[in-house]
Amino acid sequence: MHSDRPTLLLRIGAVLGLLFLHLPILLIFLYAFTTEEKTYQFPPPGLTTKWFSVAWFERPDIWPPLYLSLKVAAISTAMAMVLGTLCAAAMSRTKFFGRDQITLLVLLPIALPGVITGMSLRSAFGIMGIPFSVWTIILGHATFCIVIVYNNAVARMRRLSGGIMEASADLGANAFQTFRYVLLPNLGSALLAGGMLAFALSFDEVIVTTFTAGQQSTLPIWMLNELVRPRQRPVTNVVAIVVFMATFLPILIAYYLTRGGSETAGMGK
Amino acid sequence: MTPSTATLPTRGIADRLTGLFWRRPGIFLLLLLLPPLLWLGVIYLGSLLALLLQSFYSIDEFSGMVRQELTLKTYGELLRPQNLDILIRTVVMAAAVTLACAAIAFPIAYYAARFAKGHWKAVFYLGVMLPLWSSYLVKVYAWKLILAKEGILSWAANATGTSFIIDGLLALPVIGSSSLSTSPLGTFMVFVYVWLPYMILPMQAALERVPTSMLEASADLGATRGQTFRTVILPLALPGVIAGSIFTFSLTLGDYIIPQIVGNSANFIGMAVYQLQGTAGNIPLAAAFAVVPILIMLVYLWLAKRAGAFDAL
Repeated sequence: MHSDRPTLLLRIGAVLGLLFLHLPILLIFLYAFTTEEKTYQFPPPGLTTKWFSVAWFERPDIWPPLYLSLKVAAISTAMAMVLGTLCAAAMSRTKFFGRDQITLLVLLPIALPGVITGMSLRSAFGIMGIPFSVWTIILGHATFCIVIVYNNAVARMRRLSGGIMEASADLGANAFQTFRYVLLPNLGSALLAGGMLAFALSFDEVIVTTFTAGQQSTLPIWMLNELVRPRQRPVTNVVAIVVFMATFLPILIAYYLTRGGSETAGMGK
Repeated sequence: MTPSTATLPTRGIADRLTGLFWRRPGIFLLLLLLPPLLWLGVIYLGSLLALLLQSFYSIDEFSGMVRQELTLKTYGELLRPQNLDILIRTVVMAAAVTLACAAIAFPIAYYAARFAKGHWKAVFYLGVMLPLWSSYLVKVYAWKLILAKEGILSWAANATGTSFIIDGLLALPVIGSSSLSTSPLGTFMVFVYVWLPYMILPMQAALERVPTSMLEASADLGATRGQTFRTVILPLALPGVIAGSIFTFSLTLGDYIIPQIVGNSANFIGMAVYQLQGTAGNIPLAAAFAVVPILIMLVYLWLAKRAGAFDAL
């Protein structure tokens, strides 16, 4: 018999599944306050807030990676927004030869595992003798951020009626005026959402970055080193909270920017 | 008064360009597509070609330098027993992670698609979205805390007197080890946790497209819950499951951070690539290793396409 009420088993499965997804993150917060710095002892022997001030004042090694990550994320996002929007504008209405191939090309950087993107770039730098720099990191990040902006922009453009652009042209606006006064205001929130997600993705990226950074250290690479060779473990937790917030907040904002549409941001990462 | 023309007078370069775009839409399209295509074509595809090329180079045993001559020697090295072990271990892990993700994802996706309404719909949506996007490293780190010998899981097992379950699992030959954080079982759990949201979303999308009328029809024809599930829901949701499995499978194939932080030192494809290009300095072999997941994923994508999974993406 079919009924419209979920079985108890299904309810329990769904709730346990959601808890499984969320509870682990809470531990990161708890361990930032523990007094134990040598092991991951649970329950923590005592609670303290001193690690926040230690991280701020006594660990100068945190700041350069933070600046580098912010710089890389900002520049990559800006580049991805320009390239992703251009691509979305071209793909949204016209049908042309090779359209499906271009869609595949845009999707490929996130469809293939990050280690392939990273190793490919590393091979290319090796063959061409390009030294590692901030720009080699940005090259990788912008590549996989394009698709994020593209997905958001193309979904919004599909929803826009072509009529408003024709109306704008009929009223005497040229292509640039139509872009500035008609297209951009309509695309705005979708582009902002795409930019937020791209920023979050870039700020947190570690798999491609280790291949393109050389000796440089972004914040995720700093964290990775601390995970492999821990010292002052709670300080790592403080930084983890910062990284978590830097990805969490943009996602939440992106969600509210595109809520209600059929194309809510972030359906595909 | 002179009669004015129907069109407005051209005022400047912007207007003239607009006229050109109107008469020749192809030029407009090309201008739009050129920057992103140059970027992706040159940087991304170019790099992939460099990877392929690099994998046909070889390393000189004496000098340790890369010899830039095309050869199959590096691929021969890939087929050595210890390297084949790595490939097989990675594929088995990816398959196990995919199955586990599908099993855990189903109740969440099914509940969210069929029963969550209004406010709860948003809760479920954000409940999957936030873990999907939140920091990968932070999630892995959280599991290092959970699985540590002195961590919360052992504590909870001790408190409830269920330590024997963990000890029993760790005593198993292939998946066990001295503690969860250094065992393949631990690696598996972290993989499942980190990639689970990638399975839930396409699954939920596929389940949302199953019409309620079909379930009603199935019930009217006398099917039990189980029969409806097996013969109606599952076949219709399968493309979504396959779409999700593309992500879980591909992401596990390429990951090298998780087995490095949680697990024994058994090698996976990603780790081999990372170590070979870094400390070992054997870029050709690293490249050859990286070509394997590409080939596996191409076959996988081809099979998924035949199963109609792309409509569910």
